[in-house]
Amino acid sequence: MGGREANVVLLDENGIRSDGRKVNETRKVTIKTGVLKNADGSAYIEFGGNKILAGVFGPRDVHPKHMSNPDTGILRVRYHMEPFSVTERKKPAPSRREIEISKVIKEALEPAVMLEQFPRTAVDVFLEVLQADGGTRCAALDAASVALADAGIPMRDLVCACASGKAADTLILDVNNEEDQAGQADMPIGYMPNLGQITLLQLDGVLTPDEFKKCIEIGIEGCKQVYEIQKNSLREKYFSSGDNN
Amino acid sequence: MVQLSIIDKLKRSKILDLLQEGKRIDGRALDEIRPLSIDVGVVPNANGSARVRLGDTEVVSGVKVQPDRPFPDMGDKGIFMCTAEILPLAHPSAETGPPQPAVIELARVVDRGIRESGMVDLSQMVLEKDKSVIGVFADNVVTDHDGNLFDACSYSSVAAIMTSKIPKWEMKDDKPVMVEGEVSDAPITTIPVSITMGRIGEFIIVDPNLDEWECLDARITVTTNSDGNIVALQKGGSAGFTFDQLVKCSELSISAGSKIREIIKQATKSTL
Repeated sequence: MGGREANVVLLDENGIRSDGRKVNETRKVTIKTGVLKNADGSAYIEFGGNKILAGVFGPRDVHPKHMSNPDTGILRVRYHMEPFSVTERKKPAPSRREIEISKVIKEALEPAVMLEQFPRTAVDVFLEVLQADGGTRCAALDAASVALADAGIPMRDLVCACASGKAADTLILDVNNEEDQAGQADMPIGYMPNLGQITLLQLDGVLTPDEFKKCIEIGIEGCKQVYEIQKNSLREKYFSSGDNN
Repeated sequence: MVQLSIIDKLKRSKILDLLQEGKRIDGRALDEIRPLSIDVGVVPNANGSARVRLGDTEVVSGVKVQPDRPFPDMGDKGIFMCTAEILPLAHPSAETGPPQPAVIELARVVDRGIRESGMVDLSQMVLEKDKSVIGVFADNVVTDHDGNLFDACSYSSVAAIMTSKIPKWEMKDDKPVMVEGEVSDAPITTIPVSITMGRIGEFIIVDPNLDEWECLDARITVTTNSDGNIVALQKGGSAGFTFDQLVKCSELSISAGSKIREIIKQATKSTL
C-alpha cells in the first residue's frame, strides 16, 4: 500500500517507534494451542493487535473427488477476514487479496507438511482473522503451523513468520499497520528454522540490494523469536504437568 | 500445487540431468532470458498498447486512461490498476469462468511490481482533489502460454504504459470534460523490470519456459527499478529458498533486469 503521507512520527530521535517498540523488537506474541473442540488441530494467536484463529481438519476425504491425488495428500488453505475485523466493514466474500494470501500461505506450509504420507486425502487449514492490525499473513501462518502440529500431522519443521521492513529510512522488525501504511517497505518472511528454508517471501516497497539482504537477516531473527513462542505453546498443551484439557 | 503426471516426472528428471551438465532443455544458459520482442501501439483504440513475445509466450496489453473517482483515502492521487487474464486460446488447460488463484496471483504480482516502483507519477493525475482523478488501467491478456507469464505481462504492461498518451480533461460543472486534440506523455519516473527465477533441485534458472515451469520446486519474482533497487518480490511454489539462494536471485534480477530495461527503452524509444 504505502506511499501515503506520514502524519505520525514513525521513529523518534531516540529510535523508538510509534507504538513504543525498538527497531528490532517484535510486538507481543501469544499463541494458545488447541482452542477448538471440533477441529483436529487449532491455535489462537495474538500478534500485537492481530487476533487470528486457525483450525485444521484432516487428513480426510477430498471433496470434490477430482481434486484428490493418488500420489500424495493435498493441502488446502483458506485465509479469511471477518467483515468486522477492519475499520471499514469488509464484504464477507473472499477478495482477490484473500485468495492470493491463501495461496501464498499454502505454499509456505507445503514444504513443511509430509503430505506424501496421506495419498488421496486433504488437509484443510482455515484461518479466520477476527481483528487485523498489519501483518495478518505472518500471524496467520504462525497459527496455521501450530494448528497443523496440534492436529498431529507429521511435519519436517514448524514454519514461523514475521515481517521486516523499512520506515523512516530505518530497517525495522515486525511492521505494524501504521508502518505498513506510511513506511517505505514491508517484507513478510516465512521460515523453517531447522531446515534454513525461506518458504514465504513477499515485498512491497523499495530496498537497495544491501538493505534486502539485511532485511532478510532481521526477519529471520524475528521468525526465530516467534518459533520459540510456537514451541512453548505446543509444550504448554502437551507437556505441562497437572490438568490439561 | 504441482501435480506431476508421469510425463512431467520424466521431463523433470531429463531437465535435472541436463542442469547437472550446465545445460537447459532449450539450450539456454542458466541465467539466459529467452528472446524478447516488443511491439508498441498495436491497438490504436487504447491509449497505449504493446504486444510482447518472450520466447513462445505472448501477451497483449492495452492501457485505458479515463477519469474516475479517487480512492477515499487517496484523494490526491490518480488511480493505477493492472489486471491479467489467460485467454482460453492460450493453452489447452486454460478455462473460462472465474479466475483461478494462480491467475489472481499473476495479476496482483504484475500490478504490485509496477505500483510499488512508483512508475507512474500519480500525483500528476489529479483533476480535482478528493473528487476526480485520472485512472490508468493496464489490462493484460495472455494469448500464448509458454511459461513465465509474470515477466511477459510485466514487460508488456510497462511498454504499454510508457507509450501511453494521456488525454486532457478540464472540470466543468463538477464533471471532467475531455479537451479534444490535446494529449501528453504519461508521467513516467522509472522503468520497473520483473525477473522471475525458478529453482529446480539446487539450480536457479532465469525465465523458465513452460516445460521447466511445470516442474519447478519454487520460484521467485523480483522487480527492480531504474536505480537498481528492489521494489517488489514474490516467492511462489511448494518449496523454499535458502538465504544464499535468495541473495543470488537478487543479484541475477539486477543484472538481467538492466538488459531487459535496455530492450524496453529501445522498443518504446524512451529517453528515461
